[in-house]
Amino acid sequence: MSYDTLRLIWWALLGVLLIGFAVMDGFDLGTAALLPFVAHNDVERRIAINTVGPVWEGNQVWFILGGGAIFAAWPALYAASFSGFYLAMFLVLATLILRPVGFKFRSKLDAPAWRSLWDWCLFSGGVVPPLVFGVAFGNLFRGVPFGFDGDLRFHPDISLLSLLNPFALLVGAVSLAMIVLHGAAWLNLKTEGDVRMRARGVMPFAALAFVVLFTAAGVWVSRMDGYRIIGTLVANAPSNPMTKTVATESGAWFANAAADPWLWLAATVAYMGAILAAALRNRPGFAFLASALVPAGTITTAGTALFPFLLPSSSHPGASLTVWDASSSKLTLAVMLGAVAIFLPPVLAYTAWAYRVMRGPVRERDIAENTKSAY
Amino acid sequence: MDIVELSRLQFAATALYHFIFVPLTLGLSVLLGIMETVYVMTGRPIWREMVKFWGALFGINFAMGVATGITMEFQFGTNWAYYSQYVGDVFGVPLAMEGLMAFFLEATFVGLFFFAWERLTKVQHLIATWALAIGTNLSALWILIANGWMQYPVGARFNADTMRMEVSDFMAVLFNPVAQAKFVHTVSAGYVTGSVFVMAISAWYLLRGRHAEIAKRSMTVAASFGLASALSVVVLGDESGYTAGVNQKMKIAAIEAMWNTEPAPASFTVFGLPDLATHTTRYEIKVPWMLGLIATRSVDKPVPGIAQLVGLAHDRIRDGLIAYRALEAVKTRPRDAALRATLDAHVGNLGYALLLKRIRPDIENATEGDIRTAAASTIPNVPVLFWSFRVMVGIGFWFIALFALAFWLSAKRQLDRYRWFLKAALFTLPLPWFAAELGWIVAEYGRQPWVIEGVLPTALGVSNTDPGNVLFSLIGFVVFYSALLVADVYLLTKYIRLGPQTAVVPASRPAEAVTE
Ligand code: HDD
Ligand code: HEM
Ligand code: HEM
Repeated sequence: MSYDTLRLIWWALLGVLLIGFAVMDGFDLGTAALLPFVAHNDVERRIAINTVGPVWEGNQVWFILGGGAIFAAWPALYAASFSGFYLAMFLVLATLILRPVGFKFRSKLDAPAWRSLWDWCLFSGGVVPPLVFGVAFGNLFRGVPFGFDGDLRFHPDISLLSLLNPFALLVGAVSLAMIVLHGAAWLNLKTEGDVRMRARGVMPFAALAFVVLFTAAGVWVSRMDGYRIIGTLVANAPSNPMTKTVATESGAWFANAAADPWLWLAATVAYMGAILAAALRNRPGFAFLASALVPAGTITTAGTALFPFLLPSSSHPGASLTVWDASSSKLTLAVMLGAVAIFLPPVLAYTAWAYRVMRGPVRERDIAENTKSAY
Repeated sequence: MDIVELSRLQFAATALYHFIFVPLTLGLSVLLGIMETVYVMTGRPIWREMVKFWGALFGINFAMGVATGITMEFQFGTNWAYYSQYVGDVFGVPLAMEGLMAFFLEATFVGLFFFAWERLTKVQHLIATWALAIGTNLSALWILIANGWMQYPVGARFNADTMRMEVSDFMAVLFNPVAQAKFVHTVSAGYVTGSVFVMAISAWYLLRGRHAEIAKRSMTVAASFGLASALSVVVLGDESGYTAGVNQKMKIAAIEAMWNTEPAPASFTVFGLPDLATHTTRYEIKVPWMLGLIATRSVDKPVPGIAQLVGLAHDRIRDGLIAYRALEAVKTRPRDAALRATLDAHVGNLGYALLLKRIRPDIENATEGDIRTAAASTIPNVPVLFWSFRVMVGIGFWFIALFALAFWLSAKRQLDRYRWFLKAALFTLPLPWFAAELGWIVAEYGRQPWVIEGVLPTALGVSNTDPGNVLFSLIGFVVFYSALLVADVYLLTKYIRLGPQTAVVPASRPAEAVTE
């Protein structure tokens, strides 16, 4: 396989991992984000938490694998994005750290203050990461200020405040709406009674919020400056981001979709997913599948619009990281592709089995019978 | 403090903290597998109670292990950006493999372990438990392949076009002898930790005359598993010493506080007071031949001393400067074949030239004095290594003695007979953590000033962020982690005090008969 094909495949796999994270971990983040709203007493909160109790840990590995795979396949991106967004990343880590502990510790003591403390921790762990990831994605469209020196050492010039610009916050809201919708669809599927009805009530609002915000973000992107590589492009040269020229141009982020109208399909999938999830909320299984389409469509829309850019630089556009100059060596990409082909199918198989074992809703009775072992 | 010191401090703090939970997860998961296997084979419910009780404690610890591991996974990017850029092509691979092969396995099956007792058959649940145990051990394997590569960077070469290290031979990275030795030693250390934990808490129950049935059985399992693991730690700790002796001569010399070359057969200093200022060790007590055997597996090879290794480093820095000058020229004349040939001939010492960066940015103009300073900077902190190593080894021998005794007593069915033995077992509880943390200090602090031995100096690996950010996150982690540790220890002690029945048997169902 040629180097540029491998790069393209790994770009697609990056998308698969992000979608895997948003779809799988998304619903347990969304469940936690909805905790104060759908559950009004301790039993209800335990019901909501226990719907994700047996599976959230495996879901979270999509996030961890995302980190590891970016490190292995796109080391320059791993280095630049996490050190560039240092404080934002710290915020995400801090709230994600609270989740494992929150799930495990919460119901181990009876004291209401103890439980409510961990409920707030779980809540922040459900709200902050989707918001921050959305904000980070938004900033990709605007570009962030950074450059490289002659040793390819990354020099960012990014402050937390500059990341919190209106457009990025809008994208953060898109991300949160989609995660909340997905979490509500999950609770609608896995609970009964009051919790389910409240979650079901959230779904149309979350879907509407998503549709409106996603559209607004799209309109905004069509008017902002996008990035474009100019001059000849060598797609299989050694990875060095300092050898190209990049220009900014209004509306350039729509150039890919203009060249290939099929790309509109991704946004259509996102819209359809949201609308169907809300419309079919009385058929929880379908509604959940529909809400899973939302992150898939949204992330594909964003990724294909940015292509081939991974991390555009606003201060030194030529230093932007792209699919063609920020990857690992050909050998590493090939070996890792083989590893994914061999080891991902069994992961999917036993994950599916685990979900099958734990199928069915969580009822009040399940909590009462397992007060000691349930979360 | 500058960004380098802050980043090192943060990495050391978060890694040492992560490793409070890791060894117990490694050991307890296997012990749970063993206990449940006995349950499935004998069908006696008491073994199921044991799995559930130790499993509850396992769960509390596991959550902390996962929480602190998340930080580690992203810290290379946040705080060691140049490191990640420079070696990500090699180093990222085992990290990604760990997620793919190990974390999915352990994280998926840990859910079934806790939640699916009623939904799975006995055998299916047993499989889930073993899948969890295998997952944790695979995770150790991959992360130690990553760490082993930092100690002994095989199978990779520098690429001037991309300005980074790239993989040339995957098999060499995978079957790195240092990684193998580290894996066995570290995993055995985890098994010892699990065994000591089970044994100490069981001893406490026996001292109080509570839960004797569960405590005695647990202790029997812990005694035999612990003895095997303790032997493995020591025998294979020696293997670590050997592989370090081959690849990291400076580390061995520092552990030994050996300021000058020992003529063969080298002797081992059991006690002494190393003095950094004068480069001497006072009040030495030596065992003849021993070091030569550990470090070289022979009685006729000398073990080089610190002064001689500094001399060697001096030569390598000079040679590395040739590579560095060629590299700088290649950047402007990428097609000059002669320059590339020069670079290739000397690139093995490029990392040594980079040691000069700490002293002056324009290292091509380094003076003889600068080179001498840089060569001297390859000496790690001798007294810390010397003592950390000796305490770890001392604890290792104590474990062998204790587990041998426990094994003998359990064979004679007298585990609860001697109170002094039970007290000794109880007070051993913190020792495996001491030994393991000291082991990491030997391995990591002893690697300084390198983050990748001989390839990349630690000081160059850091990110270009504002030191204020790192100070903020460092304080944040310390505060956060301290609070979590208080909650963790509180819960563990509470559940240990409650004991097996109250802690795990469902309230609304009649407790299963606990005795056979
Ligand atoms: C020798 C073993 C060992 C070592 C040296 C490390 N870890 Fe670890 N790690 C484990 C052994 C382990 C484990 C036994 O698999 C854990 C500990 C407790 C647990 O829950 O899983 C774990 C958990 C754990 C998790 C959470 C996994 C999950 O969600 O299940 C992550 C992301 C990491 N680790 C990452 C790291 C990184 C980046 C390290 C390097 C600095 C590191 N660990 C050192
Ligand atoms: C969990 C077990 C580990 C512990 C307790 C540990 C301990 C330490 C300590 C004490 C330091 C500070 C040394 C110093 O700066 O003086 C350090 C540094 C470091 N370690 Fe480890 N380490 C562990 C595992 C690992 C692993 C598995 C890796 C790689 C995969 C790793 C990579 C690093 C890096 C990148 C640094 C920073 C650079 C440096 O200071 O050398 N560590 N570690
Ligand atoms: C006679 C006993 C022991 C010997 C000879 C020994 C030897 C060593 C050596 C030479 C290293 C450094 C390896 C390196 O620099 O890369 C090391 C590291 C380490 N030791 Fe030990 N050790 C012993 C006992 C123990 C015990 C009892 C424990 C814990 C229960 C332990 C846990 C560790 C850990 C966690 C590390 C860091 C990981 C590694 O580098 O393998 N060791 N040991």
